[in-house]
Amino acid sequence: MSTADIDSAHPLELNQPRFSVKKPEPRYDKQGDMPDAQRVETAMRYFVKDFGAVAATYMESCIHCGMCAEACHFYIATENPKYTPIWKLEPFKQAYKREAGPFAAIYRALNLKKKVTVEQLEEWQELLYDSCTLCGRCTLICPMGIDIAALVGLARHGMNQAGLVPHELWAVAERAEREGSPLGATPKVFKERCEWLADDNEVEIFVDKAQADVVAAMSSIEIMKYPGSIVATSKILNHLGLNWTFRSDGYEATNFGMLSGNSAWQREASMKLINATIAAGAKLLILPECGHAYGAMRWQGANIYGKPLPFRVLHISEFLAENTKSGALKTKPLSKTMTFHDPCQVSRRGGAIEAPREVIDGLGAELIEMQDTKGLNWCCGGGGGVVTIHRADHIRYQAFQIKMKQIDNTGAEMLVSSCSNCRQTFDDGQDHFHWDKTMLSLLDLVADNLEDK
Amino acid sequence: MDLLQFARGPALTWALAIFAFGMTWRLAGILLLKRRPDYSEPRNATSWPGALKLIISRSWPRREFIQRTAFGQALGYIFHIGLAIVVFGFAPHILFFRGLTGLDWPNLPNAIIYLSGAITLGALIVVLGRRLIHPVLRLLSNFDDYFSWFVTFAPVATGMLAVAHLGARYETLLAIHILSVALLLVWFPFGKLMHAALVFVSRGSTGALFERKGASI
Ligand code: HEM
Ligand code: SF4
Ligand code: SF4
Repeated sequence: MSTADIDSAHPLELNQPRFSVKKPEPRYDKQGDMPDAQRVETAMRYFVKDFGAVAATYMESCIHCGMCAEACHFYIATENPKYTPIWKLEPFKQAYKREAGPFAAIYRALNLKKKVTVEQLEEWQELLYDSCTLCGRCTLICPMGIDIAALVGLARHGMNQAGLVPHELWAVAERAEREGSPLGATPKVFKERCEWLADDNEVEIFVDKAQADVVAAMSSIEIMKYPGSIVATSKILNHLGLNWTFRSDGYEATNFGMLSGNSAWQREASMKLINATIAAGAKLLILPECGHAYGAMRWQGANIYGKPLPFRVLHISEFLAENTKSGALKTKPLSKTMTFHDPCQVSRRGGAIEAPREVIDGLGAELIEMQDTKGLNWCCGGGGGVVTIHRADHIRYQAFQIKMKQIDNTGAEMLVSSCSNCRQTFDDGQDHFHWDKTMLSLLDLVADNLEDK
Repeated sequence: MDLLQFARGPALTWALAIFAFGMTWRLAGILLLKRRPDYSEPRNATSWPGALKLIISRSWPRREFIQRTAFGQALGYIFHIGLAIVVFGFAPHILFFRGLTGLDWPNLPNAIIYLSGAITLGALIVVLGRRLIHPVLRLLSNFDDYFSWFVTFAPVATGMLAVAHLGARYETLLAIHILSVALLLVWFPFGKLMHAALVFVSRGSTGALFERKGASI
């Protein structure tokens, strides 16, 4: 399918509570018109292309103990063995052993590992995309310490190059590449939104200041669905009296190129943000309430840039924590009980585990932790692009029930997180289950409780 | 040359040579691959403590997981410890290692060795049964899993038969035992038994990478 067909064949559902494209029936998606044999060859080449010593170690180390299944919400919720995390890599393990491992020559000569077929890859599309949120919980149970989530990420590179990505994810990624944002938040739309939000909320929102100490970025989910985040960010930065700005040449922090497995698109999205921050001469880039945006910029940004970034990168929760601790951020006490949902990419895999807790503490709220929390929290089920994929809805809802139970058990009055993608997943789950809990944003909460100056 | 002489001589020598070559080849094939520099600003400047931490801490289950993994892990502990006792505690084995390396250490009483051997065999049989029944393990398992089980089970079983003088002449039983060890050594570097070495590399890599980010390990 050419890019021109994408919009008509898979129109984006921009007016729905979550965005994705309509095509819910079960299917295997293919992009482009590559012959099957070439798809397989391409998938394998791109999979092993980024292979370093660490990934090879992981591929060699699995002892098939099956424990990883016991950590994954998709297996626990369905008890279907195909959702065992390491099984999601099976064709890639097979290909690795045959094509790239230390004994590849023997495997090939004796045909001990068969060639991977396109049918296998089609079947695995569901396992590598629909049923993996890249949450990394499995990584924490594996007795061999294999980072299975990282391997799924690598396998997605192969699938993407072979044109074997679920359409919704591919379509939003392609749109992000084409328009600068996956959901229609073009620079023009973004600037207009900032203007009317500034008017409506009587808050100063800086866009495209030539020089600023701080550049703030947003996720498209916030721009289109939770624009309150733009207002909240502005209020807080103004409250702190900082010289800050949004940049219309670099405001989109989500990275659907990364999620869908397209390294070139990933690079392009990251470089926009990096260049905009440098152009403003800023010393700090604040990432929005978005999990994968944190992984993409905080941990991969410098490696895409090719050298250390000339500015600091903080997740908004880290930024709020720093300013809470320093006393610069003053809030009115909020005497409520709340529980916090750790966004996997910020907390478990990103290392910003205590920051949101320091902010909650600063707010004077009482935090009631879930039974499994911090690095061991359960994923909401919508990360890794899964929430965009319609045909994954049924297993996503099954997995979401684990989270609902954990939250209900706390008995907390408020439910808070710091990721708009999680929030979107929670909103959708709340709607589906007619649940009485609404996910709130930590950023909004702070902005709503700023002390008057 | 009778069977025992063959087992003790060329069979074992060749097996050790293949073992050494295979181990070196596989480890080198992995470790000599490129490692990309990481330019991100580390949360923790030194990352090796993370490697150490994960190598040690991953040896027992976390509170969050224990309910679901306790049975499998208990089994694992039982047969690994059993194997270690039998391999390194039995007087004739120590003699063999002394011949190979020059090192010597005190042996354990035979009664403990036999009991450990029996428990190990029992645990390994349960391990195999579980692999055949558990839906996840059944799906994951391939030739390597079953063959690795077999070459682990065989030396313990034949060793027990030899000391019990069961089924054939002692010399024949001993020869079979040594041949089964040779088979274990030959297979070791090529299949999943390699985990005995890779467990440190793999846990260590993840531990160091995650410590750098302050991520959960
Ligand atoms: C430093 C030494 C070793 C360490 C740290 C180690 C660690 C492990 C771990 C963590 C597992 C998974 C546990 C589980 O499934 O519950 C395992 C499985 C296994 N190990 Fe080891 N191991 C070591 C040495 C050995 C040796 C020397 C052998 C045999 C000669 C062996 C044979 C096995 C077998 C057969 C399994 C798989 C059991 C199954 O089928 O599930 N291990 N090992
Ligand atoms: S990363 Fe998360 S969703 Fe993916 S296999 Fe592991 S536990 Fe399951
Ligand atoms: S837990 Fe680790 S070693 Fe065990 S099957 Fe899963 S990936 Fe393999």
